Parts: sequence; structure tokens; C-alpha cells
Amino acid sequence: MRTIAYYKSKKIAVNAIIHLLLIAVTITCLFPLFWMVSSSLKTQETIFKDMSLIPREFHFENYILAWREGGFGRYFLNSILYTVSVVAGIIIIASLAAYAFSRLRFPGKNFLFFMFMAAMMIPIPGSFVPLYVLLSKLHLRNTALGYILCMVNVGLSTSIFLLKTFFDKLPLELEDAARMDGCSKLGIWWHVALPLAKPVLAVVVVFNALNVWNEYVLALIIFDNKNLMPLQRALMMFRGEFLTDYPLLMAGLTITALPIIIVYLLMQKYIVKGVTSGALFG
Amino acid sequence: MRFKATLENYVFVLPAVLIFLIFYVIPFIWVFQLGLFDWDGILPTKTFVGLDNFKEIFFQDKIWWQSMLNAGWITFIALTLQNAVAFLLAMACNREIKLKHFYRLIFFIPPVLSEVVVGLVWQWILDGNYGLLNGWLVQLGLPNLVRNWLSDPNTALTTVAIVHSWKGFGWGFLIFLAGLQTIPREFYEAARVDGANAWDSFRKITIPLMVPVAVLVAILTVLGTMQAFVLITAMTGGGPAYHTQVPVLRILASMRGSSRFGYACAQGINFGLILMAISFIQYRFSRKARNT
Repeated sequence: MRTIAYYKSKKIAVNAIIHLLLIAVTITCLFPLFWMVSSSLKTQETIFKDMSLIPREFHFENYILAWREGGFGRYFLNSILYTVSVVAGIIIIASLAAYAFSRLRFPGKNFLFFMFMAAMMIPIPGSFVPLYVLLSKLHLRNTALGYILCMVNVGLSTSIFLLKTFFDKLPLELEDAARMDGCSKLGIWWHVALPLAKPVLAVVVVFNALNVWNEYVLALIIFDNKNLMPLQRALMMFRGEFLTDYPLLMAGLTITALPIIIVYLLMQKYIVKGVTSGALFG
Repeated sequence: MRFKATLENYVFVLPAVLIFLIFYVIPFIWVFQLGLFDWDGILPTKTFVGLDNFKEIFFQDKIWWQSMLNAGWITFIALTLQNAVAFLLAMACNREIKLKHFYRLIFFIPPVLSEVVVGLVWQWILDGNYGLLNGWLVQLGLPNLVRNWLSDPNTALTTVAIVHSWKGFGWGFLIFLAGLQTIPREFYEAARVDGANAWDSFRKITIPLMVPVAVLVAILTVLGTMQAFVLITAMTGGGPAYHTQVPVLRILASMRGSSRFGYACAQGINFGLILMAISFIQYRFSRKARNT
């Protein structure tokens, strides 16, 4: 007869093995980031010889150099501008459309909604080729507006889908009450529907913000002008120009990754929700 | 009055529909049009060549199909290694175990980072001359394992695939974990009362109930990995000598490198159809698996 002590110690042993596995994976996940920061604090002279995990001296001036001389200050502001504009645009445009698809009546509604949903399903891997042609024709290449509009379009379908699903489940009573009080449709959308949608709006904001901040290929085909480039594009260009300036490159990478990690840690509840609702795969 | 109300309703969807028409529908149509032309993207004249671009893809463009195979190999590793790790970790975190929220928090850090950041950091770690990995191998007394990981044709593709899996396993992990959490505890308790051991309940309860989740993860893995290319640009740029080329990089090269816009579009159509065919087959296969 096996005793309780046997089962207890067996459970402890199993849990210990599991923790070992999980800790190993945790280290694997974090170590490259640690090495990135560590390398960003070394100098051009020491970085190729010094493999110490923690640098002997901390050269924080690399960050100042990257920010000013490397131009990452400008790229950072560009990325902020694009991310904020695109997310604001998507929130307004997608929630207006989602509200209409959920509540209002007009001919062609189902067809239009179906069109947005089909866009989520059909992969068109080469779409950046005609997009480049189109933007050139519209004189939107090398403009912030061109990039912002393209990125709004990228996030539109999934955002509409998420918001419509949410509005569909919302009880009608609140809106009816507002209508009795003489609120217009636009007023109901702004004063009633949007505030109620805050939880799902948070998901939409976080996912689109990550998506814009991390976007590379459209930035590649739209921008030749350095002054307009966002971080991801600038990093690749920096690497092409200064092939072996690893300390500055690593400082640039840290500058790029840090805001994302902070946003992720603050908003991770919404990210988990978004992933597990299964709808958000860009 | 009715008419005015309808018009008013259209105003709600107008901005979305306009942007969608201009930036999605028009390019979508143009891909199919341009695929039939020979065009350098600059001159106003396009030469109609019918299906010549597609013929060239099928019969002459060996690098295109090589890049398809490369993407297939990366996808194979993502489907097996990456998803196995994801499932294993999800099983581990589905237990009554301390720190499981901490682990979940960490495992999703690689997926939120950009492919450029991940690619450049790993490129630095794997650098043949100054990289940390080779440095450690020497220190550990294993200098014969030292490689130019990313510029050796024998290792480049698999190395890229493993970094891709490092970046991507968090997605599968979260979805598997969410799936496991929907299985009611009572199922396992009932099984235990009936004398089933852990392995039995894993085989008879966990596996069957996780099949739909696994299919979802598999489809997303295939679609995502086949189209991945930014990570590869950042790590190898497609080299050495086409060994890590993937289809989207080829499309980009046709467009930017050789200024063949029509050919690039034809490649895009070809690749898009292949992707749709794969996900359709996976879907049918999964329905069959569920019914039997």
C-alpha cells in the first residue's frame, strides 16, 4: 500500500521537473534581450573581444549617440506618430462601421460586411506590389499620410469584426433610452456605444499598436526619405550602412523594443484576451 | 425621410468602405491584371504577355520553387518543434503550479517583439566570428561545433527556422493553454474514479478534445510561417546564395531588384493560391479527423 507521503513526494518531484523545464524556457526567452542590452553598453573596441555578460563599464552614451547621431530620436518620434494616428483612425473608422453593421439598416449591408470578412481570410502575399504603384500614382509615396492610410486599412477588418461581435451582444435598452431622449444616431454611437465598448476597444488598441510599431514591409516600399522612416525600417537601413557598429545597433534595438515590452507588461490581460478569442492573426 | 435615414446610415460605413476599396480592393484587382503584363513599374507602357509570367514561374524559375521548399522546411520545423514545445509548455502551465502566470507572461514576450529586432539580435548572437554562441562553444571545449551558423549553407536555413520557432511558440502556447482550460476538471475526476491513470486520461480525454485547437494552431502556423520573411531579411537577407530565400522575399526581389512588377504579381498570385489550397486541405483533413 502506497502511503500519502509517497504521493506527496512524487508530486513534489514532478513539479520540480516541470519548474526546471519552465525556468529553462524562461531563460531562453529573456536571454537574447539581456544580451542586447548588455551589448548596447559596450564600446566598438571591446564588443568583439569582451564576451562578459555584464559589461565592465556601462557606456550609456551609446544611447545618446544612437538617439542623436544615429537618428533614432527622429525615427522614434515617427513611429509614435504613425502608431498613434493609425490607432486613432482605426478606432473611429472601425467602430463607426461596426456599429452600423450591428445596428443600422441599409441596402448592401451584408455584402459589405462579407467583403471585410473575406479580406481576413484571403491571403494576397504580393499585394505590396500594386500598393506601391497605387501610392505612386496618388503621390502618397514618401508621405506620412500614405503610410497611415495603408496601415489603417491593414487593421480595419479584424477591428470591425471584433467590435461588431461586441455590439451584437450589447442589450438594446440603453440605446433605446438615449433615442427617447432625442439623441441622434451619431450621438448614440459616441455617447453610448463607444464608452460601453471600452474592454474590446482596449484589445483593438493594443493589437493595432503592436502591429503598427512592428510593421516593416510597407515602410520599406513607401519610404525612401530617411526623415519619415519608422524605427523598424530605420534599423534595417542603419545595419546596411554601419555593418559592424554593433553597440549603436543594439542601443537602437533596445530603444525599439522597450516601449513594446512596457506596453505588453501593462496591457497583457488584453493581449491574452485577444489571442484566445482567436480572431486576431495579422 | 426613409431615404434620408438610409443615407445617414451609409455615412457610418463610408470611411471604412472608401479606405478598403482604395487600399485593398484596387490592389487586389491590380495584382491579377499586372500578372499578365511585362512592366518595369516606371514606363507608362506595359506589354501584355498573357500567361507568360506564369509559364516562366512553372517551367524556368527554379529559385522560386527552391524558396517554396525553404519556406516548407521552416514551416515543417514550426509545425513539429515549435508546436510540440508550445503544447508541452501549455500542459505544464495547466497544472496547479506556482508562478504559472509569470511563465505565461514571459513566453509571450518573443511574439510581441518585431521580427526586425528579433532577427538582428539573434544575428548578433549567431555571428560566425564574434557571436556569443561560438564564443561559448569554444569556452566549453567544443570548438569543432563552431559554425558560421547563418552563412554556412548547411546550417543557415535550419538556424533561421529555429529562431522563427523561438519567436512564434508563444502564440501556440496561449491558444493551447486556453483550449486546455476549457476541458472540465470533472472529466478527469470521473476518469480517475473509473481507475484510469494519468496517461489514459491524457490519451482518451485531453488529446481528442484538443484536436480542433491543434488544427486551428496548425493552420495559423502554416499561413504565418510560409509568409514570414522579415525575420529572414534581418538575419541572412536570403543568403547564402539563395539558401534562405522564401517566396515573399522573391516577390520583393522581382519588384525591387529586377524591376519586374508583372512577374512579381504573378508570383504573388501563384503563392496566394498555394496558401489557400494548403489551408483548404488542412481544413478538410481536420473535419475528417474529427468525424472518425
